[in-house]
Amino acid sequence: MHEETVYDALTNAHGEAGHWAFGTGFDDPLAGVDTTVPDGIDPADLGAYCLMLGDDALVLAQRLTQWITRAPELEEEVAIGNIALDLLGQARLLLARAGSVGVLGRSREQATATIPDEDALAYFRDVDEFRSTALVAAPDADFAQAVVRLVAASTVRLAVFTRLRSSRDPVLAAIAAKGVHELAYHRDHAARWVLRLGDGTEESHRRARSAVEAVWPLLADLFTATDVEERLAAAGVAVDPAAVRDEVRDVLTQVLERATLPVPAWPAGAPPRGRLGEHGPELAELLGILQGLARQHPAATW
Amino acid sequence: MSAPTLDRSATGSPDEATLQEQFDATIAADRRIEPRDWMPEGYRKTLVRQVAQHAHSEIIGMQPEGDWLLAAPSLRRKAVLLAKVQDEAGHGLYLYSAAETLGADRADLTDKLIEGRQKYSSIFNYPTPAYADVGVIGWLVDGAAICNQVPLCRSSYGPYARAMIRVCKEESFHQRQGYELLMTMMRGTDEQRAMVQDAVDRWWWPSLMMFGPPDDESPNTAQSMAWGIKRHTNDELRQRFVDMTVPQAQALGVTLPDPDLAWDADSGHWRFGAIDWEEFRRVLAGDGPKNAERIARRRAARDDNAWVVEAATAYARKHERGAA
Ligand SMILES: [Fe+2]
Ligand SMILES: [Fe+2]
Repeated sequence: MHEETVYDALTNAHGEAGHWAFGTGFDDPLAGVDTTVPDGIDPADLGAYCLMLGDDALVLAQRLTQWITRAPELEEEVAIGNIALDLLGQARLLLARAGSVGVLGRSREQATATIPDEDALAYFRDVDEFRSTALVAAPDADFAQAVVRLVAASTVRLAVFTRLRSSRDPVLAAIAAKGVHELAYHRDHAARWVLRLGDGTEESHRRARSAVEAVWPLLADLFTATDVEERLAAAGVAVDPAAVRDEVRDVLTQVLERATLPVPAWPAGAPPRGRLGEHGPELAELLGILQGLARQHPAATW
Repeated sequence: MSAPTLDRSATGSPDEATLQEQFDATIAADRRIEPRDWMPEGYRKTLVRQVAQHAHSEIIGMQPEGDWLLAAPSLRRKAVLLAKVQDEAGHGLYLYSAAETLGADRADLTDKLIEGRQKYSSIFNYPTPAYADVGVIGWLVDGAAICNQVPLCRSSYGPYARAMIRVCKEESFHQRQGYELLMTMMRGTDEQRAMVQDAVDRWWWPSLMMFGPPDDESPNTAQSMAWGIKRHTNDELRQRFVDMTVPQAQALGVTLPDPDLAWDADSGHWRFGAIDWEEFRRVLAGDGPKNAERIARRRAARDDNAWVVEAATAYARKHERGAA
């Protein structure tokens, strides 16, 4: 690299647009993708399903981002950044897909027309319109909870996305095909930490064990299908969450056993409250921070 | 800290004289010194201090903008900012690695940072009360960092020079992204334009201070330039930055807060007003608005997670032994 060329590139800051960091371009995330809804699929159901998957990714990305500048190692700052960026990318695609089929909830009552669908949905829906599960919304008290939650959430999501690759909705299928590679990395990264903590020192074992005790009850509502999921699963569009439960249980049990951690009893199934918009105060608090600035300046462009 | 050098006890011995000659010849020929090469102790110490201070700046520099990660006003802006802050962590990593090739140890350097025995760029002790600060930091702070760092891509120390090449490429993305955010905000509402101007007013002078004290008060510059670990004086780089930035400010439509800023046709440079070096020294000495908070967070990341690092070490030890 010659000194002069670097300075030149700086002064001609607007010559070329090809140098933005990955995933940070201006483009409509679904640009060039055929967003026609296949025959026989209810767009309202499809949009609602995309919100479920998109909100999980957005909320978990936000939780992981809280670790940035606070992680145990610099390598972990980079890894958490990667994982959060992947999830943010998935969220943007899924929210854009929901918007493309006209599912915007009440967001457009507040979001001006210049705000893209993904941002209208992320920033201008109220908490009761969010469709995320309690597993991703829970705050993490320490690094053990962060990685135990991450291994659980990414195991579930990987199992769902693996099946979604053959969804009849080509957009969902494409999002899933890209996402499985990301999620496999997230799961392995988190699982490696669970092994280190479970089989590390006495203190890390104790903390990992309490993390498992805190996270396991949050699995209760993950495998109960909503009506939307049942209809879409029957139409070959969505995955019935009940269908992935055994696989998830096997994987998580294996991780805990290898980590020398006791495996808690699998929680009894519970109604899918989060998927229906019922949330605890921690999600409202998280959204307050996420949405605050955008809502203060509804006419602004960023 | 152990340095992988030859015996340095026999100062003035013919051997050392020969080594010094070879070192001088390498520098004179503008070739690179590599980790296994002999180097004078002063060169090593100066480099460790410079590279560590640079690494610390990358890591502490994650915080002012990182404070906006959770509240970035669009998902795209959130992704841009997250990618940037992540890049800075990467820069810190390359630089600590470069320092380790000189016999330093990352954990030890981090301790020195936290205990206040090593410095970081005082620019990161200023607060970021508005989202426009994210854009202005990218434009001015990353911009000034690039002016400082591009010449270091030709540093006489190989690992540092190579780290700088990668770092500079990424810093130039950051600068463009910051400037692009400001352009977008300037096309937005009146309130947004006012936010941008206010942020420029707060960051302009601190960014000029990033180049360090004026040349006549910078006693180490001459030796560092002779060693090829510094390529231009502070004042030269500062002038270069001002010349580069003024037209960008004009294109953006903001006013730089300096009534003395004027084009000097004779020299072909923008002349600027006097810098408040008293403020610079005060902030560098630890009396800036955010010094304590920045170090406290770095300390908390180390102390609150010490059990994690211990666990990883214990696990690695167990499983190494198990495999053997
Ligand atoms: Fe950097
Ligand atoms: Fe940067």
